[in-house]
Amino acid sequence: MGLIISIIVIGGGLLWILYLSIKGRDVDRRIVYLFVGTTVALAIIFRLEFGEVATPIVKSVFDKIENLPAGSKIVLSYDFDPAMAPEVNPMANAFIRHILEKKHRLYFMSLWATGQSLLSVSLDSVLKPEFPDAKYGVDYCNLGFKAGNEGVLNVVITNLRKMFPSDANGNSLDSLPMFKDVESLKDMDLLISIGGGKPGVKEWVLFAGDPGKVAMAGGSAAVSTPLLYPYWPKQLIGLLGGTKGAAEYEAELIKRYPRFKDKSMPALRMMGPQTMAHVVIIAFIVIGNIAYFRSRKKGEQS
Amino acid sequence: MKHQIPMLILSAVGTLLVVSVFVPSAQHWGEDATLYFDIIAVFAFFLGGGNLIRVHTEKVSHKSAGWIYSVVTLLGFGIMLVTGLFKIGNPNGIAGDLSKSGSYFQLLFQYVMSPLNSTMYALLAFYVASASYRAFRAKNTEATILLVAAFVILLGRTALGVLLTNWIPAQLSVLQIPNLAIWIMNAPNLAGQRAIMIGISLGVISMSLRLLLGIERTYLGGDS
Repeated sequence: MGLIISIIVIGGGLLWILYLSIKGRDVDRRIVYLFVGTTVALAIIFRLEFGEVATPIVKSVFDKIENLPAGSKIVLSYDFDPAMAPEVNPMANAFIRHILEKKHRLYFMSLWATGQSLLSVSLDSVLKPEFPDAKYGVDYCNLGFKAGNEGVLNVVITNLRKMFPSDANGNSLDSLPMFKDVESLKDMDLLISIGGGKPGVKEWVLFAGDPGKVAMAGGSAAVSTPLLYPYWPKQLIGLLGGTKGAAEYEAELIKRYPRFKDKSMPALRMMGPQTMAHVVIIAFIVIGNIAYFRSRKKGEQS
Repeated sequence: MKHQIPMLILSAVGTLLVVSVFVPSAQHWGEDATLYFDIIAVFAFFLGGGNLIRVHTEKVSHKSAGWIYSVVTLLGFGIMLVTGLFKIGNPNGIAGDLSKSGSYFQLLFQYVMSPLNSTMYALLAFYVASASYRAFRAKNTEATILLVAAFVILLGRTALGVLLTNWIPAQLSVLQIPNLAIWIMNAPNLAGQRAIMIGISLGVISMSLRLLLGIERTYLGGDS
């Protein structure tokens, strides 16, 4: 029902804009804004959702985590700010669920100052309530933020304690059991960076994954994903691009572990509004071009 | 002397970092230099903060255009600085994690900064829609190719792409929109990205050499 109402409202509006454009009348940009706002709002109100299937580039990350033996060491780096968070935070939460479900050891860190606060939100909203048995220092730990961008990676790839003598809570790394056999990032089984700016996935590949010969995966905002394709599939085993990548991962997680079905899966929910917004943008491009060719034809005739 | 000393420091540190990459026994030199960078970066934070206060205080005192926004900036800066520096409300006290839930800093970050930042980013959708209506025209062959590629990527990033073309038989699955989108990202985009990356890398190498050899001096400022 919601989909039908949305199609009628959006379709009607688009036809009206097409009519105005063909008549040669300029459509005010505020009408365009209103139209986009209405489209996204309708998709949110009626909770439009579409099924997602993991593409190979996403599936390979999922399979890697799935096939690692329990107790494997995985680094998850929060290299993003609140602007990117709606796109990439769902990836981070899906990774947390998957990694802890498989009983791996999870090491959090951040190369962005804003990452540490966003990480705290994930710990409080996902990790602690959904995995109450996970013990700090044994199953997971938070190294926190360290300034220095790729310089930090340059050091931790050979000596972790030189840059992080203690975790975010001030505990010495030597006092935490999960660091007993960890000297540097080379001792990790998988590195995951989630970001979309600099430093981000690219810097992790150049300064950690590649020189340390450690398997590396990434999650990135859609706008910067095309820049990372040159590293896939060799330096990056897989890549989650934007909301779509996050939604594919969430869909795969639910498919394999149905207990997560009733948990918050924001990327799958966001794909409805995103799909509708993309359709509207495509429609605007088509309408704009129809108006352009019509005006050009008129110009040639006169 | 004003120019020679910075040039000497740059050449020495730059050479040291290059050597530390290629000579295994000198690897720890590079690590130590990176740690010094971290210490220097702290001073940059002070300089940045000081500069922000100076610029906006001047704007407020001269009542320049948009001075009210400077007041907001200074207030925001001050409040975040104080709550973060003294870890006000932090359940673990002054020694606890800065972003511990319950601390005022984390509350301000979560309920003020995060929504504002996300909203600014979300506004892009409106501008993209408006720009696509007004500027994205098939004026020539290149623009038409770009337009078609944009269509495929836009559709390929949504479930609609699957819905529209899942009737195409498996033998021709490459023509399904999501697969076409992957091909665009993996072939033409990849070729372009690699070319850009190689170009940038060559530029970085050449600029680094110019800096190490003291040919490039614009970073010294003034008439050097």
